[in-house]
Amino acid sequence: MAAYITSFGVISPYDAASERRAADLCREHDTILRCVEPDYKQLIPPVHLRRMSRILKLGLGAAKICLNKTGNIEPDAILVGTGLACINDLELFMRSMLEHDGQEMSPIPFINSSHNTVAAQISRLLQNHSYNNTYCHRGSSFESALTDALMMINGQEAAQILLGGIDEFSMHYYTLINRINGKRITGEGATFFLLSPEATGSVAEVTAVKTFYQPAGDVVHSFLSENHLSIHDIDTIFVGSNGNEQDDSVYDGLMRELPPETRVAAYKHLCGEYTTSGGFALALAAQALQDGYLPKSCIIRQGTQRPPERVLIFNHYLRQNYSLMLLGKR
Amino acid sequence: MQKKVYVTGLGAISAIGKSVEEMFLALKAQHACMGGVERFDTLLRHIPVCEVKADNSDLLKMLPHQIDRGKDYSRTCLLGMIAAFQALQGSHSAVPAEKMSIVGATTVAGMDYNERYFRALTEGTANPYWVELLDCADATQQIAKATGIFANITTVTTACSSSANAIIVGARMIRNGLADKVLVGGADALTRFTMNGFNSLQILSPTGCKPFDAHRNGVTLGEGAAYLLLESENTALADDIQCELSGYGSTSDAYHQTSSSPDGEGAVMAIRKALSTAGLTPDCIDCINAHGTGTEVNDLSEGRAIETVFGTKIPPISSTKGYTGHTLAAAGAIEAIISTLSIREKLLFPNIGFENAMPEVAFTPNILLQSADIHHVMSNSFGFGGNNVSLIFSSC
Repeated sequence: MAAYITSFGVISPYDAASERRAADLCREHDTILRCVEPDYKQLIPPVHLRRMSRILKLGLGAAKICLNKTGNIEPDAILVGTGLACINDLELFMRSMLEHDGQEMSPIPFINSSHNTVAAQISRLLQNHSYNNTYCHRGSSFESALTDALMMINGQEAAQILLGGIDEFSMHYYTLINRINGKRITGEGATFFLLSPEATGSVAEVTAVKTFYQPAGDVVHSFLSENHLSIHDIDTIFVGSNGNEQDDSVYDGLMRELPPETRVAAYKHLCGEYTTSGGFALALAAQALQDGYLPKSCIIRQGTQRPPERVLIFNHYLRQNYSLMLLGKR
Repeated sequence: MQKKVYVTGLGAISAIGKSVEEMFLALKAQHACMGGVERFDTLLRHIPVCEVKADNSDLLKMLPHQIDRGKDYSRTCLLGMIAAFQALQGSHSAVPAEKMSIVGATTVAGMDYNERYFRALTEGTANPYWVELLDCADATQQIAKATGIFANITTVTTACSSSANAIIVGARMIRNGLADKVLVGGADALTRFTMNGFNSLQILSPTGCKPFDAHRNGVTLGEGAAYLLLESENTALADDIQCELSGYGSTSDAYHQTSSSPDGEGAVMAIRKALSTAGLTPDCIDCINAHGTGTEVNDLSEGRAIETVFGTKIPPISSTKGYTGHTLAAAGAIEAIISTLSIREKLLFPNIGFENAMPEVAFTPNILLQSADIHHVMSNSFGFGGNNVSLIFSSC
């Protein structure tokens, strides 16, 4: 199962100024990274824009940035991963309900709180009738959507898939989750890709993805061997370090036994920790494969000087949802 | 040739029964279970709903010993675990955990904890670990934890068609060799949040839903869960095979966030896609388990879509929402199971609540419990956001 990334669109906190190490940021203070947002008027018709919640703007904006680069190819599947979906709209309706149970309430926040809102509104904006699905599974949401995309391409069910990962910062969730897990660098973002079976003109190839829930043993080596590879075939590994000591200890075992030539990179100092940060990592890795180099601030350990050709992304969310994504040069 | 996807296990719990067999008896008895809300406080108590008549401690007792009794579970999670464990009993083939997966579905998730403890959680006076009960992943993850299934598990959420889409994703995992057995389905508990949400949309029926009736006046909400065990042709034992998932179509209306298009354009496409993937023509379908929520808009749109595809030769149609209520994310899987019962028992179940024909369509729903030679059943599920799914189950 494999697919090519034709294009991608990213709205994230990443700008030149935020190119610092996650661990440094986390030591400084309890960092929250928020998206640097584009001028949506260039992307979304103002008549729609007026009534949109923030997560919709982020999602539709990133989807349009991605599709605009392709000359607006019509997707034949729209798949969106979102760990917490429209959590801020849900909170709005919750507060209103707790005060006005049984009375007349505005249905707008209830409608907007439906987890499939972003994917559904992309279909509506594009007037697109194809398969439309939303994956809402905490730290595996984006990777689940990617798995479905690769299966659809492999089974020839679709040939132009719009795939996204999106989550918005929620102060409520942030407060609750930090209470049990301690500090980490927190972020948000929207990343969309157009995937196809066609290599020509593509940015990079996605060759495999797998997610695990609380796996018992080592997942990296078994995943690589399932894909007929060994750790020596991987020149660059992106890990999901977020500055939280417990979270980051997950990567320690692998780090210790890596061959000296393996390059190790981090990415959450650019986007922060959030349930669909894997989408951001995939975009960053694809860009690195196309450019032949990584952003300097990402490199934790230099290893090889050669340009990246085969990249593994290893991430986990709260030590529950583990994911592995494998990319190759086109 | 597409690889076959068999159904080898069924599990369900709803207002009309705490197992598939109990539900079958209620369907045969044409037994509706509507009443006011009993399990939580709300001023909407006068509106009929279809609750599962068991409190959370009774539900916990229905679960096998490996479930950690020292932990708190949302009602959605309890319902989901009950259905999932029932479904697992159906298959006797030996498949290692790494070749199994779970695709769950929910829209409500741990809303019962969220609405009860929202302020306490914010203020830090509630158990902080309850935050893990709130999101869509929780029920699926608790099933995973109790069964040892760990690879590629996920949860999909497309409003009222969620578990129908979960069935499709699970089938794809089998066809693409990711797994040999996949638990697919979903769960949703009835909560104050959902009651008030549907009330704000002004689509709750004050009298009980009347699918495909000229005087239908809205949805009756229900709660429940259903899981099917899908299995590959490589591993399924002949004795375990109940039927086959032969076709599916999933499309988008691209019309409105909460309303279906008047001519059911997305539904027509989903139904046609399901037929084409099954390699069947409309006349092969022996009966349709309709989405049929009882709202003005859905039943008209779905009715027109069915007429567009089936013309004048329309197979018997039933909505079973009059029994179970609309169980939201669980509805697709509950109705998939009722469809498989139609195949197994060669029975058409009546569309209870119907009295008067809709003037806009030429058909009326099936109102009789009757025997029929049933090989192919279509099950429709349509969700907010225009997520339309049509599934076809076929006898083996």
